[in-house]
Amino acid sequence: MTRTFDRRDLLKASSATLLGAVAMPGVLRAQQRVVKIGVLEPLTGNLAYNGTQSAAGAKFAAEALNAAGGIKSMGGARIELVIVDAQSRPEVAASSVDTLVEAGVCAFTGATASALGLASSQAAAKHNLAQVFSIGTAEAVVDRGLPNVFRFTPGVNKCTSVALDNLKLLNEGAKGIIKTAAIVHEDGPFGSNMAKILNERLPAQGIKVVETISHPTPHRDFSNIALRVKASKADMLIPSNYLNEYTLMARALFQQRVDLKAIYSILGGAASNIKFVRENNEVAQYVMDCNHWYDPNKELSKALRQKVADAKLDLTYDIMCSYATVQVIADALERAGSDDRAKMIEALGASTFDSIMPYGPTKFVKGDNQASQPVNTQIRGDKIELVFPKKFATAEAVFPIPPKG
Amino acid sequence: MSSLILPAILSGLTMGAVYALVALGLTLIYGVLHIINFAHGSLLMLALYAVYFLNLRLGVDPYLAIPLVLPLFFLLGYALQRGIIAPMSQGSEQNVLLVTLALSLIVDNLALYFWTSNTRTVDIPYAYDTVEVLGAFLPFGRVVAFVAALAAAPLLWAFMTHTRTGAAIRAVAIEKRGAELVGIDVNHTYAICFGIGTACVALAACLLLPTFYVTPQVGYTFVLVAFTTVVLGGMGSLPGALIAGLLLGVIESLCGLFLGESLGQIGIFLAFILILLFRPSGLLGARARP
Repeated sequence: MTRTFDRRDLLKASSATLLGAVAMPGVLRAQQRVVKIGVLEPLTGNLAYNGTQSAAGAKFAAEALNAAGGIKSMGGARIELVIVDAQSRPEVAASSVDTLVEAGVCAFTGATASALGLASSQAAAKHNLAQVFSIGTAEAVVDRGLPNVFRFTPGVNKCTSVALDNLKLLNEGAKGIIKTAAIVHEDGPFGSNMAKILNERLPAQGIKVVETISHPTPHRDFSNIALRVKASKADMLIPSNYLNEYTLMARALFQQRVDLKAIYSILGGAASNIKFVRENNEVAQYVMDCNHWYDPNKELSKALRQKVADAKLDLTYDIMCSYATVQVIADALERAGSDDRAKMIEALGASTFDSIMPYGPTKFVKGDNQASQPVNTQIRGDKIELVFPKKFATAEAVFPIPPKG
Repeated sequence: MSSLILPAILSGLTMGAVYALVALGLTLIYGVLHIINFAHGSLLMLALYAVYFLNLRLGVDPYLAIPLVLPLFFLLGYALQRGIIAPMSQGSEQNVLLVTLALSLIVDNLALYFWTSNTRTVDIPYAYDTVEVLGAFLPFGRVVAFVAALAAAPLLWAFMTHTRTGAAIRAVAIEKRGAELVGIDVNHTYAICFGIGTACVALAACLLLPTFYVTPQVGYTFVLVAFTTVVLGGMGSLPGALIAGLLLGVIESLCGLFLGESLGQIGIFLAFILILLFRPSGLLGARARP
């Protein structure tokens, strides 16, 4: 079948083409309007697991924000993430900032480990580029007074302080059953800093520190560490290290038959990780952790949990924190109405955003979010339950570990 | 602290056995053929993933995977040497170094792409089992690795000294041109040697996974200490690699105990420097060529 065009058809087609030609650039302009947010994470190297999880969290946040209409004050601009690999090496983290600047990001989030974040934020300061730390617990992150640094999650001082306050309550509730403690920590800035604070503050709670053991990352063998903890006869172990080391340590403790009344992690890499719970279920039971965690009751948290499950990923605190920091950056963009770096720093400094974390409105003072707080989780069965503060709790804390059998 | 010394020594011996197992393949490739194989750690990682997926998908126990994984990795090593390393290096040792480094980068990043950075462990019923030796609790998997290392090194040594292939490998290592003149296929012999070295890595992976984890970066955790083991034991010496591995394990363990775990590795490199100063050929280097 053939069809011939008459003059009327031709006129219609010409008009449509003309209209299209006039309208298209506008449509294209609207489609192309993007605002770039950097994500600097260790996607390779020793911290690849945490970095990859964090990058996934940022992607979930960008997807959710774009689905909700993008940055409205900028005409619905879409968020585009520029994800760069810090390779788990501080010098690469620092040099990667140039990549982010060249890509035209307005701010960036990262970088899982304090050592990486310290290097990247120092480099970013030269470009007046804001870094919103998803995780960066070492106090040096904010102590340097860099105007481009915004630490969204709590630092090691606050985490340790809250952890000790909660421990005091738990121990009082258990009639002071914990009298001695051993500390096992990674030997980087965050672990060492934490061990120092614990050694200073635990005696005031009537808990004597009988052993403090540092180890490098990665570490191949935890047998000696388990033996030293066992020999110390500590009632409680306070570990603070990354996922792989935590897993090996937990196995070694079990194999060396170390009898503990409590394992109370502070920023423990595995103690709030569902993968650890799944793969080491027996040794993981009743392990408690004071760590970053979201408010599971918020609607956005529930949506994130579903998204993560659909993507067949494990919901870790890396995902939660990174998700929240992208939310915070997006809110600053919304208020700044511009992706200008200086305006972003100003907007972030005035942030009062309530994210998926159990913080309430952000309040940055000298780059540190005063509203941030860690929570206590506990491994129970095949779940990680939030046990402290009560306001967000999904289960009652069990302390000390009940006798076996 | 004194009560911990014996358990620490025993623990160090079992860890050292793992170092020796990883180093056995390297000492063949690095020591005998003078190929600095930067891809050794990546091959260990690949073998660990092979064992992991055999367990995950088919339920094959890591120890029972040995007869499956060893031939597979022998063929892989053979193919790598014949198909990639030899043609691309064109006989230059510097080129070999660059080719194996490139291989390492490619393999590591492919692993990261396909298998992600997730830490994976095998779910086996004896994961937490221990063996009591002189009052010390040693992880069952590490005891098995220790016994396997004690068996593997002499077996490999016997192969190198009592078989025609072993003799051919030694001949190529000592005098390549002379070996060619007496009719030895040098390229084939190189590939056989590389294949055996890679199969050794696969054996190490089967024995390591029950007590360790696998990630795309796991090779780096062992490869530096494996190079140290080879040089300490004497280039190309299989008994030397075994002794050096065990020695390094004990040194690391005792240094960790007395100096702190963060400084445990100092002992390894101190021993390494001392051996280089006073016995540059390594512990058994000059006397025990296979």
